[in-house]
Amino acid sequence: MAHQHESIIREPLMTGKDITYAQITNDILLPVENKPNKAWWIGFIVSSLGALLWVVSISYTFWFGLGAWGLNKTVGWAWDITGFVWWVGIGHAGTLISAVLLIFRQNWRNSINRSAEAMTIFAVICAATYIVAHMGRPWLAYFTLPLPNQYGSLWVNWNSALMMDVFAISTYFSVSLLFWYTGLLPDIATIRDRATGLRRRIYSILSFGWNGSLKTWQRFETVSLILAGISTPLVLSVHTIVSFDFATSLEPGWHTTIFPPYFVAGAIFSGFAMVQTLLLVTRKVLGLENYITMFHIESMNKIIMLTGSIVGVAYITEFFIAWYSQVEYEQYAFINRATGPYWWAYWSMMSCNVISPQLFWSKKLRTSIKFSWFLSIIVNIGMWFERFVIIVTSLHRDYIPSSWAMFYPTWVDVSVFIGSIGLFFTMFLLFIRVLPSVAIAEVKLLLKTSSEQAKKKLIDEGHLEPAEVQYYKESLTKYDSIDMADYEKV
Amino acid sequence: MSNTKFILGCFDDPDDMMKGIDNLQKASVPIYDIYTPMPIHGIEDKMGVKDSRLGYAAFCFGCLGATVIFSIVYYTLVHDWPMNIGGKPSFAIPNFVPFTFEWTILFTAFGMTFTYFAATHLFPGRAPRVMDLRATDDRFVIAVSAKGNVPHEDITNLLKDAGAVEVKHNERKYVSYE
Repeated sequence: MAHQHESIIREPLMTGKDITYAQITNDILLPVENKPNKAWWIGFIVSSLGALLWVVSISYTFWFGLGAWGLNKTVGWAWDITGFVWWVGIGHAGTLISAVLLIFRQNWRNSINRSAEAMTIFAVICAATYIVAHMGRPWLAYFTLPLPNQYGSLWVNWNSALMMDVFAISTYFSVSLLFWYTGLLPDIATIRDRATGLRRRIYSILSFGWNGSLKTWQRFETVSLILAGISTPLVLSVHTIVSFDFATSLEPGWHTTIFPPYFVAGAIFSGFAMVQTLLLVTRKVLGLENYITMFHIESMNKIIMLTGSIVGVAYITEFFIAWYSQVEYEQYAFINRATGPYWWAYWSMMSCNVISPQLFWSKKLRTSIKFSWFLSIIVNIGMWFERFVIIVTSLHRDYIPSSWAMFYPTWVDVSVFIGSIGLFFTMFLLFIRVLPSVAIAEVKLLLKTSSEQAKKKLIDEGHLEPAEVQYYKESLTKYDSIDMADYEKV
Repeated sequence: MSNTKFILGCFDDPDDMMKGIDNLQKASVPIYDIYTPMPIHGIEDKMGVKDSRLGYAAFCFGCLGATVIFSIVYYTLVHDWPMNIGGKPSFAIPNFVPFTFEWTILFTAFGMTFTYFAATHLFPGRAPRVMDLRATDDRFVIAVSAKGNVPHEDITNLLKDAGAVEVKHNERKYVSYE
């Protein structure tokens, strides 16, 4: 509202000239209301081939059993749980962006939350497929539920961290889905009111009859805020509980109290990296440069740098505590990680997760789109190695040297993993075709306060401190979507 | 007597719409409802809409979720089949915490959101009751019931003075039914 101007020294969250509410709708719905372009088709074909590979390799696993994987008597968890933890970690950024940043009133979340939440849901779906697949007999998956049965009833073991995982992941998935879909309602209504024929009818059902009346919006805001409030501890609890899978065991290298915070930081780290991987491409392909700006990219890079540093501290702490504990087995587990037969995995993890994010201290690098994208891939790889290192290098040399073994993945292991990435991208690409990838209503809120044009108007009116205006202009130079020639004369 | 059922003031700017509300309220014209493409802060104070009570519902559902899962775990783990695991107590409350926590969140989220859907009449397949199709796009619409609010010209002028880009005299309540 006109009387609520934002301070000029804050960078704009939306760029572009002469943007109107109608244009925001048009820009964001462009991919939804039109035929997809070539880039989308190429991406979709490649991803669906990946998804097909997933179907084949998962079916093979179900048909022949877990013997199709490279597991052995010593290494009973390998690529399956690595993939599971990797995907769950990736699935943390969406809810973090939508919930934590909403509570802290960080308005830059408005343009990235929708696609990040969608990404969360697809990542958790991928994670869940690993859980079901590694059960070996997936048709008995209902054994994880506390159902009365003919064994007594012999109930599920509530003392097990794996049971806690069932509750954490299922709650996280369903609450994330609810949060995402509730937020989508007003935007689906926007599509509905612009569409005709069958499309209108479909979106009408999906919109739940949303009409944007006063009370609907007022209650919607309350619901969003409370959902954000409860999702924040939820998102922290999920990876905490995933870390319990390891931390409550007696395995050297796993049995550490540092795991919960360390896993949560790692999850945020990998989640933001995946958001970066997707959004840097999406903004280009869908032409959303004015909504997902350099400010967003830089902010996410800063979070990647911070969480990467926390993860680095955790790695070093683990090493220190292993030495400090004076427990021989604990010490060996860590020496073996860094110098044993899996040294290459350990050092890949170290260089990808600890060393490379530190490059973001350089402003030039963290505002470079190409470099940000490259580094987001590096972080994704590093975080996969982190889980591999934790799981396989801790297991492969156990207490009895005669049973020491190496893990070698089979083609099924590799295909399930590559296939799950294909599955993830297929779902994401379908999402950006049928639903708005940016929260339209929430971005409209920024137009009169935090947009470049609103701030330009303030400068043109000329009641501002010249030093502040100068500071603001200097902050604009990093944006790739702003033409600095407009600011030369002001 | 005209067939006008509703008078809609369509604004392209939320600040103008706020002025429209003021104009109507000063003239003691009751406002039927307001349709906007995004939440407008401050509007509920102006319109005298009370704070939502969904928070209380959320709290109650949270308590329910915690009670339900705590009871299930207690019944299965302590009462029905207590397991002797190294002589440890079967009523180990720390192990109850993750389950109780998760279901508190689960019940809060679903209970509150479904209460919201019920209170606001949102459900899949509900016919959208839209008075102006652009109210979900770029128009901020004030709806005034035509019945009793005469003369209609005065209301039109009040809205126009506030900066309405268009004032519609609709003969149907909801255009989306067509």
